[in-house]
Amino acid sequence: MSAGTDKIAVTISNIVKLNDLVTRFEFKRTDGELFPTFSGGAHTVIEMKDGDITRLNPYSLMSDPRDQSTYMISVRRDDEGRGGSLFMHNNVSVGDEMVLSYPVNLFSLDLRAKKHLMIAGGIGITPFMAQIKQLDHAHGNWELHYACRSEALGSYVDELTSTHPNDVNIYYDDQKQFIDLENLLDGQPLGTHIYVCGPKGMIDWVRGKAAELGWPREAVHYEEFLAPQPGKPFEVKLAVSNKVIQVGEQESLLEAMEREGVDAPYLCRGGACGQCETNVIGYDGKFIHRDHWLEEDEHASGKKIMPCVSRFEGKTLVLDR
Amino acid sequence: MSKFKFPESIKSRPVYGTLEPRAGKAHLFVADAEGAEAILDVAKADKDLVANAHIIYIPKNTGDTYVKKLEALKPQQMYVGPSYAASVTRLQRTLADAHMGLQVYLTGTEGLMGQAMLEATNAGIPYTAIQTEHRGSVARRMQCVHCKGITEDVIMDPFVCSHCGLNLFVRDHYSRRLAAYQGVCIDAEDPGNVPEAVELYK
Amino acid sequence: MTIQFNEETFRDDYTFKNSDWAIKRFPFPFHEDSYMYAVNMEQHRGGPDGSVYEKRFDVDEHYVAEMKDRAMVLNDDPLRCQSLPHMTLAGWDLLELIMVSKSEDYPDLFELHRDGDQWHWINKPLGIDDKFTFMDETTLPYGPMEYITRQTQGDFCVLDQRDDNLWMDAGIVTTQADWSLDFDIGMNFFEWHAPVPLAHEKGIFVRALKFLLNIQQGSPARRLNWTMTVNPLLDTSPENYHKWGVQKTTLTPENIGEKQHLRVELQTFFRLPRSNALVFPIRCYLCSFQDLMTVPKWGRRLHRVIRDLPVELATYKGFIDNRPMMLDYLSKFDDGKPTSDGIWPDLETEPALEK
Repeated sequence: MSAGTDKIAVTISNIVKLNDLVTRFEFKRTDGELFPTFSGGAHTVIEMKDGDITRLNPYSLMSDPRDQSTYMISVRRDDEGRGGSLFMHNNVSVGDEMVLSYPVNLFSLDLRAKKHLMIAGGIGITPFMAQIKQLDHAHGNWELHYACRSEALGSYVDELTSTHPNDVNIYYDDQKQFIDLENLLDGQPLGTHIYVCGPKGMIDWVRGKAAELGWPREAVHYEEFLAPQPGKPFEVKLAVSNKVIQVGEQESLLEAMEREGVDAPYLCRGGACGQCETNVIGYDGKFIHRDHWLEEDEHASGKKIMPCVSRFEGKTLVLDR
Repeated sequence: MSKFKFPESIKSRPVYGTLEPRAGKAHLFVADAEGAEAILDVAKADKDLVANAHIIYIPKNTGDTYVKKLEALKPQQMYVGPSYAASVTRLQRTLADAHMGLQVYLTGTEGLMGQAMLEATNAGIPYTAIQTEHRGSVARRMQCVHCKGITEDVIMDPFVCSHCGLNLFVRDHYSRRLAAYQGVCIDAEDPGNVPEAVELYK
Repeated sequence: MTIQFNEETFRDDYTFKNSDWAIKRFPFPFHEDSYMYAVNMEQHRGGPDGSVYEKRFDVDEHYVAEMKDRAMVLNDDPLRCQSLPHMTLAGWDLLELIMVSKSEDYPDLFELHRDGDQWHWINKPLGIDDKFTFMDETTLPYGPMEYITRQTQGDFCVLDQRDDNLWMDAGIVTTQADWSLDFDIGMNFFEWHAPVPLAHEKGIFVRALKFLLNIQQGSPARRLNWTMTVNPLLDTSPENYHKWGVQKTTLTPENIGEKQHLRVELQTFFRLPRSNALVFPIRCYLCSFQDLMTVPKWGRRLHRVIRDLPVELATYKGFIDNRPMMLDYLSKFDDGKPTSDGIWPDLETEPALEK
C-alpha cells in the first residue's frame, strides 16, 4: 500500500488570487458528499496530472476544520522550484477535477497546552489559519506572531487582524519590523507551547532560542515541508523489485520509484514524517541528505535514505525496495 | 553513601539520573532527606546556579544533618518543611507563578520525587524535562489497586494495605499520575497463604 | 437480520450463553497450531457476511446484557471511566464515529438525525431517544465518551498522539483482561504495556507503535488478542481481583468444559478526525471450552496452542496453574489430524473428530 491514506475526488470550486505570489484554491467533493472533518495543522497531498508526470505535493488545509462543505489550500508560486506550484498557478481552473488525500496531521496542537504561541513566516501562515479556527471554537488561549515580507505580500493579514485584533501581531520585513523573540519567550506562563511554521532559518532560530532559554523540547512544535530539489541525474538499483531505474534532474527518487511502479510508502513527501525511510544495501558515492527525519549519525552511516527529498551522486546505489 | 543502583526493570518504572546544571532563568529544587547531598553536588558544579535557586527541603529522618550546609549555599529562597504535605501548597504557589524556562530538580526518595513531579507536570512542564536523582531510602509509595488507598514508605514485600488490610505484593508498575507503584492482593487465589515478607532489593 | 438479545448475566449465577450463531462467528484467535506475539495488524474494512469483522462496531446477541453489566460496574466504581481534560474533543469524535457507524450499519436498531449541531439519537435496543447539541457537553447526561460507550460493547481507550508516542488519556474499561484504567491513565504506549512479558524484547511494541502512529483517517486497522477466564466474567479487573481470583480454583475435570472460557479481544484502531487522537476499542468475546469443541478444527488447534505456549505467557495470562487440567480436557478433542490455515471454522471441509 502506498500512501497510508484514502483519496477524495474533488472539483475546484473557486480560485482567489491573494497577491503576486499566493493564490487560494477551494475544493468541493465531486460526488457531492461532505468532506471529513480534520484537526488544525493537517495537510492534504494533492495529485497534479502535469502531462506525463503525476506530481504529488502536500499543502496545509487552511479552511475551518469543522466546515465539511469546502477544503481550502493556499499555494505560493515558486518560480525556481520543480513546477508543482507553477502548475497550480498556471494550469488549474475552476471546474477542474483533481484528487486529494485524506487529511494527515503531522503538526497537531497539543491540547494540554495552557497557551498556544504561534510563530509564522510567509506562507507558513496556512496551518495556523485552521488551528486558530479550531481554538476559537474551543475558547482556546492563543497568540500569533506573523512575519511577512511586505504589506503587499501579507496573505490573510487583514482577515486575521480584523477578527482578532488583540491576539495577532504582524511584522513587515520591509518596514524593519522583527519579532523580538527573546522578549516574547521570556515570561510565558508554564504550560505554553510554541508552534512555528516558516522558512528553515526561522524554525532553527526559534528552536535554538527556546532551547537556550530552557524550554523543553516537547513544548516546541514545528513544521517545515521541504520541496524536493532538482539535482544531477543518477541511477539506482532496487534490490527487492529487481529493477535499475534512472532518477532525472527534475524528479525525486521517490517519484522515480513511483514512475517505475515500485511501491514506496509516504505521507508528507517533504522529509518530515519518516514513512519512506529506505535501507541502503550498498553504495559507492556520496549522499545528499536533505530530510529532517534521520539523525545526523544515520546520515553519516550510509545505511538509510529518505527518497522523498534526498539524492545521491556517484557510481552505484543499491536500495532495499 | 546515599546512592543506590536500582536493578533493571519494566518500562513503566521510573529511571533516575544525576542532577546537572541546565540553562534556564529560574531554578527550583525540591528534595527530602539525603537528597540534600545531590543539591550540594550541583552546587559544586555551578555555585551561581544554586545561589539563584529556590530550594524546598524536607529533612525527614535526617534532622539537622544537611540544613546548615544547604543554607551555606545562600540560595535566593529556601524553605525547610516538616513534611511533604506541609510543603505542597508552597510548591503549588511557586509553580503557579513560574514561567517557561524554569528548571526543576527533584532529589531524595521516590515518593518525594514522584509527588513533586506530579505538581510540576500539572503546572505544564513535560515530565521528560524534569531532572531527578534518587538518594537515600529505597522505600516506595504504594497504591492498593483494590481500595485505592496509598501506603507511604513501604520497604517490605508483601505488605499490609494501611487502609483496607489486604495483603499486597509490590509491583514495579508505576503511575506518574498517582506518583505510586501498584500493590496487588497476593493471596486472592489462595486466601491466607501469604509468603513471609522480605525487604525490597534484599 | 434482526438480533434476538439474550437475557443473561456475567456474574453471580452466570447465565451467559452463546447461541449456535454466536459460536460459529466466534473470533477464534489462532490462525495456526501455535502462538507467539506478532504485530498481526490488518485493515478493518469489513469481512465475511455475519462475521464479527463485517461492521465497524459489531452488535450481537449479548448487547443489552453487556450494557447492563457495564452500568453495574460503573455504579460500583466510577473510576472505570475517566477522561483527562484535554480529551473532551476526542470524546465528541468518538461519539460521532459510533453514532454514524451504527446508524448506517444497523438502521433497524439505531437512528441518527442531524440538523446542523442539533442531533437526535435513537437506540432502540436500550430504549434511548435523546436530542442534544453536538459539542455541547451540557446537553448530554454524561461526557460524550461515557455517553456513547455506555451504549457500545467493548472497552474503549482513547489515545492522545504527541511526541511520537500514544498516551492513554481517556477510556472506559469494564470488560478488561486484568488491567486498571485508573492506574494506567496518562501512561504512554510502552508504559501501559510494561507488564507484558517477552514482547518488549522482541521489538513488538516498537513496531506496533510505529504502525499505530501512522493510522490515518478513513483507514482503520484491527487485530485479535486473547486470554483465559474461568466463568463468563466480563469484569476481570485488578480492582476486584481479590474477589474473583478465587474462582480460578473452582475448576474441576467435570466442570472445566462449561466453566473455562476462551476470552478473545477484537481490537480496532480508528484515527479521530477533529482531535487527531486514536481510539482503540477492545471488544471482548467469550466462549466456553465445550462450545468451542463443537468445531473440530478449533478443538485440535486449541489443544496444540495451549500445550506449546511458553511458560511466561501462560503465567502472564493467568492460567499456568490450570494448564494441566485444561490439557487433559483438550487432548480428548485432538486426534492428531492436520488443520487448515486461518481462523475460520471450516465446518464443511474439516474432518470430524476421530477419537
